[in-house]
Amino acid sequence: MKLLKCPINGTRPISEFVYGGTYRDMPDHEIVTDSEWASYVHYRDNAPGLKKEWWYHGPSGTWFIAERNTLTDEVKDTYLFNKLVEQESVK
Amino acid sequence: MPYKLLKFGFGREFNESRYFEDVQTPKKTYDVVIIGGGGHGLAAAYYLAKEHGITNVAVLERGYIGGGNTGRNTTIVRSNYLTPEGVKFYDASVKLFEGLSEELDLNMFYSTRGHFTLAHTDSSMRTMRWRAEVNKHVGVDSRVVGRDEIAKACPQMDLDCSGHAAIKGALYHNPGSVARHDAVAWGYARGAANLGVDIIQMTEVQDIDVRNGKVHGVQTSKGYISTGKVLSAVAGFTPRITKMVDIKTPITIHPLQACVTEPMKPWLDTIIVSGSLHVYVSQSSRGELVMGSSLDPYELHSTRSSFDFVEGLTSHIVDMFPFLSNVKVVRQWAGMADLTPDFAPIMGKTEIEGFYLDAGWGTWGFKATPISGKTMAATIANDKAHDLIHSFRLSRFEDYELTGEKGAASVGH
Repeated sequence: MKLLKCPINGTRPISEFVYGGTYRDMPDHEIVTDSEWASYVHYRDNAPGLKKEWWYHGPSGTWFIAERNTLTDEVKDTYLFNKLVEQESVK
Repeated sequence: MPYKLLKFGFGREFNESRYFEDVQTPKKTYDVVIIGGGGHGLAAAYYLAKEHGITNVAVLERGYIGGGNTGRNTTIVRSNYLTPEGVKFYDASVKLFEGLSEELDLNMFYSTRGHFTLAHTDSSMRTMRWRAEVNKHVGVDSRVVGRDEIAKACPQMDLDCSGHAAIKGALYHNPGSVARHDAVAWGYARGAANLGVDIIQMTEVQDIDVRNGKVHGVQTSKGYISTGKVLSAVAGFTPRITKMVDIKTPITIHPLQACVTEPMKPWLDTIIVSGSLHVYVSQSSRGELVMGSSLDPYELHSTRSSFDFVEGLTSHIVDMFPFLSNVKVVRQWAGMADLTPDFAPIMGKTEIEGFYLDAGWGTWGFKATPISGKTMAATIANDKAHDLIHSFRLSRFEDYELTGEKGAASVGH
C-alpha cells in the first residue's frame, strides 16, 4: 500500500497518514467486569483478515475509518466515522 | 573452538554428512508437538530431549527450518535490558550462547564485539544510566560512556551526526555479540535429531484439537497427530495459532525490515545502536553492514519490504557515517514481528491444559533463542513455569503486572 484515499482529500501518498489501530467498541464502564475491561485494554483481534481501522490524514487533521485486509494490505473502502455509526444503527 | 572443525581442517576427506534425517511422515502419536521449526522451537526440542529425557517429540515446520525470523534478524545478542527480570533472562541466554559452539559442535561464529547504545538527548542519557545501574545490580557488564570513548571505539563516526542529533554519550555493553543465526537453527536441529526428535518440514498445522479445555492433538497437512502437549513457537504466526485454540493475546503483527550493504574491508568492530536515529548496524564476518530500523508503522501479516524503509534508514546511517554515502545496499527483507504492549515476551502455560506459548518476541527474539528453549522445555516437562519466565506469563496483562522493556528492547519508539 503506497497510496490511501482520504474521504475528504482524495488519494494521497501513505506518508501523509498515521495508523490509529483497529476500530473497537468500548464496553460500558459502568457495568463492565474487571476481566472484560482488562480484555478491552490489552487484547486484540490479531489474526489476519479484513478489519476496520482508524487512520489519520496528518495535513488536514482528518480521522477516518479504513477497511483493510491485514494479510494482503488491500484497502476495500475508506469513509468518515459517521458512516460507520449509520451502518451500525441500521443493523 | 569446536573440535570437529579442527579435525575437519586437518583431515584429508571432506565428506560432511547431512545434519539430520529428513523425516517425511510424522508418527501417529508424540509426547510433545512443537509448532515452528525456528531457533526457539528447535532449542526447546533439544533441551526437552537432553535435559528432561523427553525424546518422543515432533517439530512441525510449514516451510524449512530457520526460514522465518530466525533467518531474518540482525543476529545481535545482548543482555543490557531495563527490568531486572529481563536482564537476568537475557544474561542467561548470553551465557548459553558463549558455550553454544562447543555444546552443539558447530561453529556459531559467535563474535563478542561490544555494543554501544547511543544517546542523543538528555532523556535518553537518563534511560542509559537507568539501564546501566540495573545491569550492574544484576551483575551484567554495562556502563555509561562519554563521547571520547565512543570516538576511540569507532573513529569513523560523526559524533555530531551532521549537526542535528549530536551524541551526548552511550550505554556500553561489553558482552554484546553477533552470531551466525542459521547455524543456531541448524545446530539445535541436529542436536535434537541426534537425541531422537523428529523434525518434519513442509508440514503445516491446520487446527489444534482441544476438548474440555485440554489439548488432544493437532491436525496437520500430513494427517492427525495425537499429543497431550503442544508448544507454539511461531513468532509472527502466533495470532493464527492462538485463534485455533481461542486464546486472546495482546500481540499485534508488524513487519520489521533489515538490509545489508555490499561487502567492505573490516572497519566496524562494535555494534552501534541509536534509538533516536532508529538504526542499528554491525559488520558481518563477510564484510557487509547489517542494518535494521524501527518497525513498520501499521499492522501487516506480510514479509514484503518497502522503499520507504531503505530511504529512511540510509539517510540516518549517512548522518552517522557520511563516508558511506556511495556504498550500495544489495539486499533487503522483512520478518513478521509479534509485538507486545510492554515489549517483553509471552511465555509459559495458558488457560488450556497442554498448550504452551512461546511468543511475543517482537524485535528481540534471536538473542533469547537458547534460554527460551531451555526454560520452555523445563516448563513443558514439569507443567510449571520456569522461575526465569514468571514475569513473562500471559496472565500478566489481566493482572496489570506488565514487564516494561520499551526503553531497552528496540529502537524508534
